[in-house]
Amino acid sequence: MSKNRRHPRLVCVVLLALATLCSHAETMTDTLTNFIDEVTVVARRVRRDVIPVQQLEGDALRQLSAYSVADAIRYFAGVQIKDYGGIGGLKTVNVRSLGTNHTGVFYDGVQLGNAQNGQIDLGRFSLDNMEALQLYNGQKSTIHQTAKDYSSASSVYMQTRKPIFINGERRHINIGMKVGSFDTYNPSLLWEQRLTERISAQVSAEYMTTSGEYKFRYAKKNGYDTTEVRRNGDVEALRIESALFGAMERGEWRAKLYFYDSERGYPGAAVREEPGKFRHQDRQWDSSVFGQASWRKGLADRYSLLLNGKVAYDYLRYLSDPRLDVTTMYTDNSYRQTEAYLSASHLYSPAEWLSLSLANDVQYNYLDANLTNFVYPTRWTALTSLAASLTLGDFSAQTSLLHTYVDDRTRAVGGAAGTKSVLTPTVAMSWKTGPLALRSFYKRIFRMPTFNDLYYTFIGNKALKPEYTTQYDLGFTYDIPCGKDLLQGVQLQVDGYFNEVEDKIVAMPTSNQFRWTMMNFGLCHIWGADVAVKALWRVADTDISTSATYTYNRAMDHTDRRSEWYGGQLPYIPRHAGSAIVAATRGAWSVNYSFIYTGERYEASANILENYSKPWYTSDLSLSRELKVKQYLLRVSAEVNNLFNQQYEVVQCYPMPGTNFKLKLNMML
Amino acid sequence: MNKMSHPLSPFTFPLFLLLSLLLASCRTGDEPVIPSQVEQVGTGIYISSTDTTSVRGFYLLNAGNMGSNKCTLDYYDALTGNYHRNIYGEANPDVVNELGDMGNDLQVYDGKLWAVINQSNLVEVMDAATTRHITQLSIPNCRHITFHDRYAYVSSFAGPVEIDPTSQLGYVARIDIDRLAIIDTCIVGYQPEELVVHGGHLYVANSGGYRFPNYDRTLSVIDLSTFTVTDTIDVAINLHSLQVDPQGYIWVSSLGDYNTIAPKTYVVDPTTRRVCDSLDIVNSGMAMAGDSLYIYGAEWSYAANDWVITYHLVDTRTREVIADRFIIDDTEQQIVMPYAVAVNPTTRELYITDAGDFIAPGKVYCFTPEGQLQWKATTGNAPSRIAFTSTPHTFLK
Repeated sequence: MSKNRRHPRLVCVVLLALATLCSHAETMTDTLTNFIDEVTVVARRVRRDVIPVQQLEGDALRQLSAYSVADAIRYFAGVQIKDYGGIGGLKTVNVRSLGTNHTGVFYDGVQLGNAQNGQIDLGRFSLDNMEALQLYNGQKSTIHQTAKDYSSASSVYMQTRKPIFINGERRHINIGMKVGSFDTYNPSLLWEQRLTERISAQVSAEYMTTSGEYKFRYAKKNGYDTTEVRRNGDVEALRIESALFGAMERGEWRAKLYFYDSERGYPGAAVREEPGKFRHQDRQWDSSVFGQASWRKGLADRYSLLLNGKVAYDYLRYLSDPRLDVTTMYTDNSYRQTEAYLSASHLYSPAEWLSLSLANDVQYNYLDANLTNFVYPTRWTALTSLAASLTLGDFSAQTSLLHTYVDDRTRAVGGAAGTKSVLTPTVAMSWKTGPLALRSFYKRIFRMPTFNDLYYTFIGNKALKPEYTTQYDLGFTYDIPCGKDLLQGVQLQVDGYFNEVEDKIVAMPTSNQFRWTMMNFGLCHIWGADVAVKALWRVADTDISTSATYTYNRAMDHTDRRSEWYGGQLPYIPRHAGSAIVAATRGAWSVNYSFIYTGERYEASANILENYSKPWYTSDLSLSRELKVKQYLLRVSAEVNNLFNQQYEVVQCYPMPGTNFKLKLNMML
Repeated sequence: MNKMSHPLSPFTFPLFLLLSLLLASCRTGDEPVIPSQVEQVGTGIYISSTDTTSVRGFYLLNAGNMGSNKCTLDYYDALTGNYHRNIYGEANPDVVNELGDMGNDLQVYDGKLWAVINQSNLVEVMDAATTRHITQLSIPNCRHITFHDRYAYVSSFAGPVEIDPTSQLGYVARIDIDRLAIIDTCIVGYQPEELVVHGGHLYVANSGGYRFPNYDRTLSVIDLSTFTVTDTIDVAINLHSLQVDPQGYIWVSSLGDYNTIAPKTYVVDPTTRRVCDSLDIVNSGMAMAGDSLYIYGAEWSYAANDWVITYHLVDTRTREVIADRFIIDDTEQQIVMPYAVAVNPTTRELYITDAGDFIAPGKVYCFTPEGQLQWKATTGNAPSRIAFTSTPHTFLK
């Protein structure tokens, strides 16, 4: 048991001091964030992750020229972001080519749900109050967690800022304003208040408005050359979060209320049309409210308990009106989702080298929609996980078994998909020798068909089976610790993997292209390699952090052996992709350069010229400076994104913006 | 503060890196238009250069997938037996975004090739010999096309919206094919699909597809002398395809409601303006050749969790099914999703397209009149329409 746990404030002070002394320390060892993010119960030495993890946090995250969490996640290895362009365009994450619905997204430790379509739009989460982003392949490598943490093929963890008061501080206020291209205005406010010795409060609010208008160019060599403007991509969004944080003897708790409200337009696919003749007028309104709470306490010397709970309500309205756009079909659909979630996780450590955990989660989902012949589905999910973590000298292992029970009911008799009961295992191990640590994991998991997959009028197919993934990973980390020379340290992570996706759920047109249905139709095999390297430098009082990633993915469509296109690379998966970040800080100045490369892709498994999508690479640059004005701290930063004005598309017919600018101003009181 | 005076001096390393990436960032210029591809599939036939009526080949329109701008045009040259895939872009490098999004209909008439591009909201008019772009006619949500005398008639979903936005009627646009201009419109039923001309009248199949479960169930009858609707014929829900047989009866497909009401094939007597016969045949598309009507059906069955594919050959004189297949070899098993059927008016050869999974390129199969496979070729995505041509084709390259 750690002493740190008993004196969390002291730990924070020491760690913060350390952080200022050696600004790169936090990027080198993941230990720091773990202390900040969560009061760890099990003692941790320098973290040896049994399971591959990548993270961006603190200053590294702040300095990145990124609009949203989705933009930041692009810098991780093994990740493909699907981006429909602009600030308002849907942005989802696909990890290691397994498919978007296999990525669990967690917000402060509790999973964000979308029982309707299973997709979380990461473009909606601003980096404004984000402290850290983590990506785990397989699952998070702690075992004191909810059963949900075991239930995705890979997971993205978003950690928002947690107030830390030092030297008798009682209050933090951060007023921010961002102004940028596409008529973007984005004011924000963060207020943190220490209420008592052990309790603090936080309010974070943000408003964003943008016209979403930008120019794009389509051109062919010796052919047409046209520049048009993306229209109807405007967004207006408001986010308000409030939270309470509490510390207690051998534990902590937090409670959060989250509200998000937005209206946006859909610019639609950029296809052949008479310019300006028929404007897309589709609109969408979203509202999300959720409350979540977490409580963790060591109840006995070797036993601790973690409780999590959440209640969420999501509203979505989609409107397409032929009175505004004569070409469109009238659609005015509203969807209301209700979710309730409870989890209890027990950790028992019978010995220093052994920890056991048992978690039970129960979740309720209901979808109401104003669709004709809708079945109004209710889903009860019960998850039970049993996990063990073993550390024997240089060898450590983790194993978990997850049982998932799903029961769907529908208002219409006989409309439900019935119950499912599935047992899925994970095994992970690592072995360390000197700076080298070898690691490997195996995981089998599935995703449930979503409510849309099963019950959407016409399209839904209640006969759908779950979609399974199996992952095999073998890799190593190589860690050269801090030195005093020019090169301060290097950390290398290399993983090779093989994934299988079975019974892939895809949409297939039925007798014509206006009638689709969902089917378990697909088998994919993915060979891949993720490489991430970080190096820290110190040149003439300047701290420079460099990091780079490389991803290789050979993702094969093995659905139909007789098909001419058997073995074709899966849609939108580049064989080669990479990223690089160079960040330098000297005194009050810092500069950040970031680069993304996505190799050639195909838009369908038929890897032919008609489906070819050429490689793209963008460079973003930001420069910022901190100023002291009286007792206030002022941070000014200027960003240029897509420095070389590259015209590119992530998704076919959804052009991305060219060069764009942003100015950020933060005042900390 | 001394250090602050040269804030950029320590950034030489990142700046150097930036510079090198800058140099690397000069992406090679624009891609050329995708070139067409040729595949020898048939053996080729001889047609005299003075023969102006025999079929010299066909154009095939690939719908593409919605929102992907992947509508393409193919050409089969019967003289050489060559199948030319994706020929439009090459012939028209200056047309922005090529043929467009979702090709829904294709016809050759009076030396011109007409393509109805649904999601691009336009009708593309090309020269039938060269496929060179002549003009485009703006018709929102356009669906199908037919011709009579010096006029083209195009159905569209996008009629005027009254107070209730769910009650948007469709219309038919009348195009003067000499002036290449829309000269009149006529409001019909809900979501009109195919249209045929018979006895001075235009018959339009109204689907009401946007109004589920309140489908339309009528044919609109337009008197071509006044271009006004003079009658509506009640048939069945969700009408789609139309064919006129040599006896002058109109064959109509009803797609059902994809749920409890099954698809059916109806026969309408234009003299009485009544349904005079019906057949329990799933009708996803049909082609007429003499007294033979070729009908294929592709229907999703939730009970079987699979598609049910059917083929029926009907004698239009007796209105009896004379065969429940028209492919006699095992090619029938290879066809995943039949998507169009056509009969060569000269040779009576039969063509069936296969859309497969819609996302991968489809196929076109050519059969002898007896139903024996002659050749097959790979098409674009969702091969939806075949239009025969007797105009000699000139490749511009």
